[in-house]
Amino acid sequence: MSSITYSDKIPNNVNLSEDRTLQRALEQWQPNYLKWWGDMGPDDSQNFDVYLRTAISVDPQGWAQFGHVKMPDYRWGIFLNPAEKDRKIHFGDHKGEDAWQDVPGEYRANLRRIIVTQGDTEPASVEQQRHLGLTCPSQYDLRNLFQVNVEEGRHLWAMVYLLHKYFGRDGREEGEALLERRSGQEDNPRILQAFNEETPDWLSFFMFTYFTDRDGKFQLCALAESSFDPLARTTKFMLTEEAHHMFVGESGISRVIQRTCQAMNELKTDDVTKLRAAGVIDLPTLQRYLNFHFSVTIDLFGADESSNAATFYNTGLKGRYEEGKRMDDHQLKGGTYKVLNAVGGQLIEKEVPMLNALNEVLRDDYIKDSIGGVERWNKVIEKAGIPFRLKTPHKAFHRNIGALAQVKVSPDGRVLSEAEWKANVDNWLPSETDRAFVGSLMGRVVEAGKFANWIAPPMMGINRQSADFEYVRFN
Amino acid sequence: MDMSEMHAIRQHVIDPEICIRCNTCEAICPVAAITHDTRNYVVDAEKCNLCMACIAPCPTGSIDNWRTVSRASAYSVADQLGWDELPAELTADQLAAQGVAADVPPAEMPAAPVLPAAASGETSFQSAQYGATLPPWSAAHAYTNLYGPKAAEKTITATVAGNVRVTAVGHEYDTHHIVLDFGSMPFPVLEGQSIGIIPPGVDANGRAHHPRQYSIASPRNGERPGYNNLSLTIKRVLEDPQGQPLRGVASNYMCDLQVGDKVQVIGPFGASFLMPNHPRSHIVMICTGTGSAPMRAMTEWRRRLRQSGKFEGGKLMLFFGARTQEELPYFGPLQSLPKDFIDINFAFSRTPGQPKRYVQDLMRERAADLALLLADPNTYFYVCGLKSMEDGVVLALRDVAQQAGLSWETIGAALKAEGRLHLETY
Repeated sequence: MSSITYSDKIPNNVNLSEDRTLQRALEQWQPNYLKWWGDMGPDDSQNFDVYLRTAISVDPQGWAQFGHVKMPDYRWGIFLNPAEKDRKIHFGDHKGEDAWQDVPGEYRANLRRIIVTQGDTEPASVEQQRHLGLTCPSQYDLRNLFQVNVEEGRHLWAMVYLLHKYFGRDGREEGEALLERRSGQEDNPRILQAFNEETPDWLSFFMFTYFTDRDGKFQLCALAESSFDPLARTTKFMLTEEAHHMFVGESGISRVIQRTCQAMNELKTDDVTKLRAAGVIDLPTLQRYLNFHFSVTIDLFGADESSNAATFYNTGLKGRYEEGKRMDDHQLKGGTYKVLNAVGGQLIEKEVPMLNALNEVLRDDYIKDSIGGVERWNKVIEKAGIPFRLKTPHKAFHRNIGALAQVKVSPDGRVLSEAEWKANVDNWLPSETDRAFVGSLMGRVVEAGKFANWIAPPMMGINRQSADFEYVRFN
Repeated sequence: MDMSEMHAIRQHVIDPEICIRCNTCEAICPVAAITHDTRNYVVDAEKCNLCMACIAPCPTGSIDNWRTVSRASAYSVADQLGWDELPAELTADQLAAQGVAADVPPAEMPAAPVLPAAASGETSFQSAQYGATLPPWSAAHAYTNLYGPKAAEKTITATVAGNVRVTAVGHEYDTHHIVLDFGSMPFPVLEGQSIGIIPPGVDANGRAHHPRQYSIASPRNGERPGYNNLSLTIKRVLEDPQGQPLRGVASNYMCDLQVGDKVQVIGPFGASFLMPNHPRSHIVMICTGTGSAPMRAMTEWRRRLRQSGKFEGGKLMLFFGARTQEELPYFGPLQSLPKDFIDINFAFSRTPGQPKRYVQDLMRERAADLALLLADPNTYFYVCGLKSMEDGVVLALRDVAQQAGLSWETIGAALKAEGRLHLETY
């Protein structure tokens, strides 16, 4: 089961050729997908030969095959992790029963909604990033962008497979709608707001892949626990690909920091004006970008108290992060959890039933994971001997979803008046001037082995290739 | 101390400065040797069996680090969890202090990581791993990139000396044989090489068009022997692979050229898809559509050599696929080649009233002859045409080999290493 059939029009490891109805449905969807990729995929780069990683099987030896490929020829397909024999449901009301190989009628609508919401983010991020290739800081980074893009495309395939296979006509219609919505379009936007924001420059892209793709990781981890076995197996394989996206973000920001610190030491200054004149991104600007992307992303976890979250858990549709590694009863009936609330202008912790707070639980796990990487960025600054630390802002800062959306809170967690917020917002979030400055650095560098001035070269090439390897052939 | 404690081991460690804590390695490890805390991901040397399953999936490369230590002094999980960076390799003196003699190689060496087979190849398909990157030993020396962005001369001007249609007249297919003459300017080429054509004008964004690459369809001494010219086989592109209307910029420009028109050319390109030149070397050619261009070039060169009476050629075998006979370029001229010179097999996938036949079907039918050729180290294979045929063709070769009791692993590896299987698909 783990080897992938490439002789089929749609590469897969799910014996697609034995299910003619499904095969036909997906073969009808495929040209529409390719048309979407042509219209909304990376701008003006469809003819490049890109050094991409393609899975040829889902086992460790086969899933990271490298070679130069034109993106429209990327072998998008359907790959599931191998089935675990006699897998049991391990949380919620159905705990102990056999995992479902089909969708139970009573959970059909909820499962479809979960899959569509997840699926919608995949093409959305490709759309958000489609112009970035024109301002890439190096061939290496351009290749990484394209790898992220084709894998987001494959993640869409993964979700569309589930919709087509298990949701009949509704599923096929949802599959089409996924290709019709457009990031940032007013009359038919993507479902989640963070996926309608622009990704205007590479700093935003790195922040996005670090913070927002990490949200993807946590959502996928929660779905990988699902009682609906095909969903669990699909998302498990997606997680392996997702790791690369977070790598792009974490190492990207780390390289920006490294270059800035180098310039700070060479010029012996922390003066923002001088550093900007030297063409590097000053650390306070990095902090503001971080604040923005962190706060927008934690909104994605949804309302802090949510009966939907409780239902999804109880019914076994969506678990917690690392559900299998937790040592509790996995039903959480009596438990409570503290969520933050704004009462009378104060932030107050409020104890609520654990089941209703599961969005918050996932958000807190996410925050802990995010902080880890920020600390690793701080190590780079520390190593350069510069007394500056990046910090993730307070959970209540700049929130637009849940109880905290009603208050203005500073990055260090003080509740503010509207006037205080207005007076300081440009110190906390990227201002027009910041964005214009970062934008001004975005020139295209594509000579093999060369890097834009604002970013350091990576420690190691992709697949251990040398720094001046030709990652992209422009033809 | 147990003697085995004195042995050196290569301990598997993870570089905490590069690792992004994505958990991929821990999830994939079959023996649960990898664990983590909030700070680091680490490998338990007691459990790790050096199976290398974690190496390829790591997105950062941080996983691929090794330290020689004595078994007794291997870094513990607790040690590693405290690291901010990897410790330096121990010196010979430090190892000696641990009881390891400096010249004793580690008793346990990790197996060489199994590199993805296609890592050095041109494409990501399984079939690509068998494609050679070196030419046959008896290939002539190819000149490449004499004209191009990095050459002293950016382009060379060629004059159109001929433009004829080589398929039957039909709406969906229109393939032209175009002859370009370089006058007195140097443009030496070999069969199997290609050139780039720069269409005049600019694209929708106001930029100059990209060059388009075409395989040369004529032999080294010219389309007309002794002249400084070459020919191309170009199909007019009127729709994209999904059947949406799309007018190919370069192919339409080329197909509409008149004799005497000037064309901007770059190249030549290609230094591995070249023919063998030693006596009694066999050539098996597998192509679809305009992928026939290099096959025509090689066949024609062998035909000219044969006519000279001074060269003892080997077998030539051609598998040629098209949707219909009408669409097949050079159908007529091919028919007139002597049967003892070339063994031609046609496959048509869209002949009305007939089952679809692809080149790989034909190859399986001719398995007996192909197996003999596969086993002969003087046989060279060339595949050119649509990308979708590549996997099928290489799989057919594998099946032919296996049915004949040959080891495909041995033959496949030899085909690649000896420059005997060349894949050029698009």
